[in-house]
Amino acid sequence: MLHDRDRIFTNLYGQDDWSLPAARRRGCWDNTKSLVELGRDKIIEMVKESGLRGRGGAGFPTGLKWSFMPKERGDRPAYLVVNADESEPGSCKDREILRNDPHRLLEGCLVAGFAMGANACYIYIRGEYFFEGSQIQRAIDEAYEAGLIGKNAAGSGYDYDIYLHRGAGAYICGEETALLESLEGKKGQPRLKPPFPAAVGLYGCPTTINNVETIAVVPEILRRGVEWWTGLGRPNNTGTKIFSISGHVNKPLNVEEEMGIPMKELIEKHAGGVIGGWDNLLAVIPGGSSVPCLPATTCTNILMDFDSLREAQSGLGTAAVIVMDKSTDIVAAIARLSHFYMHESCGQCTPCREGTGWMYRVITRMIRGEAEIEEIDTLLDVTYQVEGHTICALGDAAAWPVQGLLRHFRPEVERRILDYKKTQQAAD
Amino acid sequence: MKATSYPQGQSEDFAFTQENLRRAETVIARYPADRKSSALIALLDLAQRQNGGWLSVPAIEYVANYLEIAPIRAHEVASFYSMFNDQPVGKYFIQVCRTTPCWLRGSDGITETCKKKLGVGLRQVSEDGLFSVIEVECLGACANAPMVQINDDYYEDLTPERMAEIIDALREGGDVPVGSQTGRLSSAPEGGPQTLLEVADAKPAEGAKPGEGA
Repeated sequence: MLHDRDRIFTNLYGQDDWSLPAARRRGCWDNTKSLVELGRDKIIEMVKESGLRGRGGAGFPTGLKWSFMPKERGDRPAYLVVNADESEPGSCKDREILRNDPHRLLEGCLVAGFAMGANACYIYIRGEYFFEGSQIQRAIDEAYEAGLIGKNAAGSGYDYDIYLHRGAGAYICGEETALLESLEGKKGQPRLKPPFPAAVGLYGCPTTINNVETIAVVPEILRRGVEWWTGLGRPNNTGTKIFSISGHVNKPLNVEEEMGIPMKELIEKHAGGVIGGWDNLLAVIPGGSSVPCLPATTCTNILMDFDSLREAQSGLGTAAVIVMDKSTDIVAAIARLSHFYMHESCGQCTPCREGTGWMYRVITRMIRGEAEIEEIDTLLDVTYQVEGHTICALGDAAAWPVQGLLRHFRPEVERRILDYKKTQQAAD
Repeated sequence: MKATSYPQGQSEDFAFTQENLRRAETVIARYPADRKSSALIALLDLAQRQNGGWLSVPAIEYVANYLEIAPIRAHEVASFYSMFNDQPVGKYFIQVCRTTPCWLRGSDGITETCKKKLGVGLRQVSEDGLFSVIEVECLGACANAPMVQINDDYYEDLTPERMAEIIDALREGGDVPVGSQTGRLSSAPEGGPQTLLEVADAKPAEGAKPGEGA
């Protein structure tokens, strides 16, 4: 188990005050100037060496992403955009940073923004997080007042602004180019790539989009050193991670743990175990709604990191662990997710716009068994036709939960179809 | 995709109050001078608040004029985002999270309680104008499921019984504490944090209260 001394988010639950004096006591804004003085190249090199991978779901190497930004400052401004659109079902970790530890995020915004040559930062927060947005704005006001951001930010000689931008309800705005569209005052519909945001992003200017947790851990990695961070987890899966544990556990919670903690340990030590005990476990969605579920047998020995979960044909995603015990109607649970993707499809690409509704309608019939056995393969085929054939990953995200269901629970779907046929025949 | 219709209900002229004009300028100042349409979502939100919780056609077009953009640009944004309402809502607008993490912990029972208690279907406003209920997709508070959003605030760790009590309290104009209804601290485990116990001189948060805007 991770020691408290290795935890970055020491006010995760809001036990302490959120505001600047308390945040300073917890180590935020501690000689930030010296971090900036490391210089752009050194910061990016350290973040690369740390192996930090994006905490928003895709797990892309953060230092590498920053290195795509132009080396020289041109006539155009450059931007850091923080993705605080947390909307992945199961995920509720960024909310705690935003409302309880906003200065940890703001310090990260300055250091990361400096490293990539950004002039300003926009924090894009989902509109429903009204209180959390207000907390960020209050922290921004405090930071300006204290000279930590703005002209000569934190005495570094660097001018840097941070602004809050509220969304208005749309999961798709968590996709980085949809987020940029939304930030420009438009519908949140993803852009075709290339060009990538590092070349043509917000207002056509070089832009990097990073998740809240990714940005918030950066100052501590620089302060405590790369070796401290790489000493946690294992190669390519380093550091700490906030896990959101929801569903059928005795004590749902958010907790910061070491990357690669065994799933069973995470659930039993922190979340009070599966309701009814580990033997009552049916399945777990280990990384937010977009990743395929895993059956209980796999869960017993799996490690919670990017590579382990990918080997098991799932993913770490946002590390949102949705636990389902044996009382769960697994088909209905996945059908709910299909409804979610149908609702959240932006409508731009036909395979997703039509496919998400199609998948939802078929899988909803399968809850009752009201389908033909052949339709299982047709449904699977449709998931493959959606996957990889859309501008953004929402199509993939809609396909994977259904694929996970049919990979691990196909006999259950078949049983329902056969049972339904029997009751129909009996009625005739 | 969001199911929308053309805005319903009465359509009176709309103009920002002096207070909202000031707020609008504060928001617009966050963006480059030639990019003020970035403030569109924020201004539609201001207009919706001023208009009692929903956006009428005159309100949408007022915002478009204010930002000097074509009215259709404002209409397409208003119809895209789920938080913009195209019809009147109750004074207390209850949004029940229906997505799998909340559903696993009984969100269906929360929706049913709201409907039964208020005698309304989804999207209908109660006769006294005080309440309306809808189901929404994941609100991002999954470790405190099931939960609802009422106006700007989250009410978490609900049971059907507690939901009924909240409705009664709001109807009588009483105060209901926001956040966890079982007294949990944020998303710490029930019974109190089992980690971060070494963190020095912890004390309860003070200052800002949920519901205070900025």
